[in-house]
Amino acid sequence: MEPFIRLSAVAAPLNEADIDTDIIYPARFLTITAKKGLGRYAFHDRRFDGQGQELPEFVLNREPWRQAAILVAGANFGCGSSREQAPWALLDQGIRCIIAPSFGDIFRGNCYRNGMLPVVVDEATHAALLADAEAGLELHVDLEAGFITRPDGATVAISIDPQKRDALLNGWDEVMTILNQRGDTIAQYETQRRQRFPWLG
Amino acid sequence: MATTLYDKLWAAHVVAEEGNGVCLLYIDRQMLHEVSSPQAFEGLRAKGLRPRNPTYHLAVADHSVPTRHRDRPIADPQARAQVALLEANAREFGIELLTLGDPRQGIVHVTGPEQGFTLPGLTLVCGDSHTATHGAFGALAFGIGSGECESVLATQTLRMPKAKTLRVNVTGDLPPGVGAKDIILAVVGKLGSNGAIGHAIEYAGPAIRALSMEGRMTLCNMSIEAGSRTGLVAPDETTFAWLKGRPKAPKGADWDAAVAYWRTLPTDEGAVFDREITIDATRLVPQVSWGTSPDQVADVTGLVPNPASLADAEQAAKTAKALAYMGLVPGQALRDVTIDHVFIGSCTNGRIEDLRMAARVLTGRKVAAGVTALVVPGSGAVKAQAEQEGLDRVFLDAGFEWREPGCSLCVAMNDDRLPPGARCASTSNRNFEGRQGQGARTHLMGPAMAAASAIAGHIADPRDYLEAV
Repeated sequence: MEPFIRLSAVAAPLNEADIDTDIIYPARFLTITAKKGLGRYAFHDRRFDGQGQELPEFVLNREPWRQAAILVAGANFGCGSSREQAPWALLDQGIRCIIAPSFGDIFRGNCYRNGMLPVVVDEATHAALLADAEAGLELHVDLEAGFITRPDGATVAISIDPQKRDALLNGWDEVMTILNQRGDTIAQYETQRRQRFPWLG
Repeated sequence: MATTLYDKLWAAHVVAEEGNGVCLLYIDRQMLHEVSSPQAFEGLRAKGLRPRNPTYHLAVADHSVPTRHRDRPIADPQARAQVALLEANAREFGIELLTLGDPRQGIVHVTGPEQGFTLPGLTLVCGDSHTATHGAFGALAFGIGSGECESVLATQTLRMPKAKTLRVNVTGDLPPGVGAKDIILAVVGKLGSNGAIGHAIEYAGPAIRALSMEGRMTLCNMSIEAGSRTGLVAPDETTFAWLKGRPKAPKGADWDAAVAYWRTLPTDEGAVFDREITIDATRLVPQVSWGTSPDQVADVTGLVPNPASLADAEQAAKTAKALAYMGLVPGQALRDVTIDHVFIGSCTNGRIEDLRMAARVLTGRKVAAGVTALVVPGSGAVKAQAEQEGLDRVFLDAGFEWREPGCSLCVAMNDDRLPPGARCASTSNRNFEGRQGQGARTHLMGPAMAAASAIAGHIADPRDYLEAV
C-alpha cells in the first residue's frame, strides 16, 4: 500500500452521525469484483440523482471540497457492513484521512490496511476541525510528527497504535509482515493446538 | 481468577503478544462468500501465496445469488461472473465450496452452523459484519474486511486489539408473542448504534438460557448494530444437543473430549465485566424500527417519536432526518403505518423456527390486498425442512412467494430490490437508507410481526394474531 506520512489538504465537513457503509458504497455496486476505480460510487446516492446528475447540495460536489483529501465526519462513521469497498471507493475518490468522534470498528480497521488514516477526536476538537472544514481551510496532517495542525497553528494529537503507525509510515503489507515476523511462532502454536484440540483437524 | 467467556476464548487463541493490548490471534475457521473474497484471493495470487490450511475455510455464494429460476444461469452478467469467480478461486486454492446447486447452499451464517462448521470455543471469521451470529455457540466470531480475509487465508491469524467486555443480562421469562428479535432490537435501542464499539457482548440471564439455538443466533447476529463486532452466548446442553451429529461436528471420542472442553468455557462466577446492562424480559413488548438506524426502535404499541420533544440536539437532528426519509409523521401510531412489502428471511431470521413462527400467524389467513410478500429460507436445509413440515403450503396459500435461499432483500444485491418509496415490514437486520433498494423504507421486526403485518396491510402487533390461534 501507499505510505501515509504527511498530508496537506482541504477537509470536507460531513457532520452527520451514523454514516453507514451502505451510504458510502451502495450494495448494488458490490457485484464489481475489482478493488480499483471505485471512486465514482463513493457516496453515490448522496452525490447523484436518479439520472446520474450531480446533486449540488452534497459537499463533495461543491468547491473547494471537490478536491478534499480529508473528511471531518460525524460519530460512528463507517458503521454497518464490513464491505472494504467503502474505504476503497473513498481512497479512489481522493480521501486519505477521516476525522470523527468515533468509527465503526471494521471500517476503521479496513482504513489502516489501505494507507488511510482514521483519527478519533473529542467533541471540542471535532467542533473546531469542523469549523475549519466548513470555512474551506486546509488541515496539515503529519503522522510522522504525530499531530494535525489547524490553520491557526493549533495542533491536535493523533492517537494511533504504534504498529499501525509504522505500517502506514512505511506502506507495509500486514500479511507479509506477519509471515516474516511470526511464521515460526504460528507453526509452534499450531503444533500445540493439534495436541490440545485434536477435533479441530 | 474468575474470567469471562470472552477472556477464555481470547487466551486460547493468542499466538503472540504484540504490545499495547494487541495480539496476534489464531483463527480456526473462515467462511468465504462471493463479495468479500475475490480481492483476498487476488491478493494471495499477487504475492504468490497459498492458503495456510485450506480445510479451515468453507466457501458458499449467498449475497448476489438470485432467489428464483435456479435452473437457469444467473441473469445479471456481473453477479454471474462474481459467483463463477468464487467457484474458480475455491478450486484454484483447494477450498471446499458449496455450489449454488448444492442442497446445503445458503447464507453463510445459516449454513455454517447447520454443517457443524461452527463450534463452541472456535475463533471464526467471515468478510461479513453479521458473523457475530456464530457467537451463539460460544465461538469468538466477528466480521472482517477483505484484507483481513486475505490475512486469514495466508497466515491463519489476525492482529487484533482485545475488546472490553459488556454483559447484557436479560432477566425473567419472555412473555408470549415476544421473541429473540425483540430482545436484540430492544438491546440495540438501549445501547445505541455506537454504544458497544470496542466491546465484546455476552448475552446472559434466564431469558437467554431459555432461547433455542435459532433464537440465540438471531440475538448475536445483530450485535454489530450496536457497534460490537462480537456477540456471545455461553455454550450449554442446548448447544451440544443442537450440534451433535452435524456433518462437520466432532464424532465419537473427539466429541466427548470437545464437550468436556466446551463445558469449561462459560464465564466463571464472580468474573468482572467492564460494563453491564440489564433488561427485564417480562416487560418486553414486540419491537419495530421506525428510523434509518437499527437503534431507532419502539414498542409496536408506541408512537413515532417527535424530534421537537427531544432534549439532545444531535438526537433530534438524527430523528428528524430519519423521519423525513421514512415519510413518517411525529406522534403517528406505529400500528397505523401501512406497508406494501413484506420480507421474511435473512441471516437474522431465515431459520426454521422463524418460518414456523410466521406460519403460525399466517395459517388460514391471507396477505392483504396490495401487499407483496416473500419468504426466502436461509438455506437449502431450512427450505427442505420447511417443505417437509408443509410450511411452504401455508405461505403460498396465504399469498406469499416461496423462494430459493440467499441474502435477498436484506442487502438487495440480487434482483430482489424494492422500488423507491416502497415500505417493507422486514425480518432483516438493517433499516439503512436504500438498504432494500434506492429510496425504499424498511421497518425491522421479528417474523411473527412481519406475518401479522402482511395480513393487516399495516404494522401489526403479532400478539393479536397469535392469541386467536
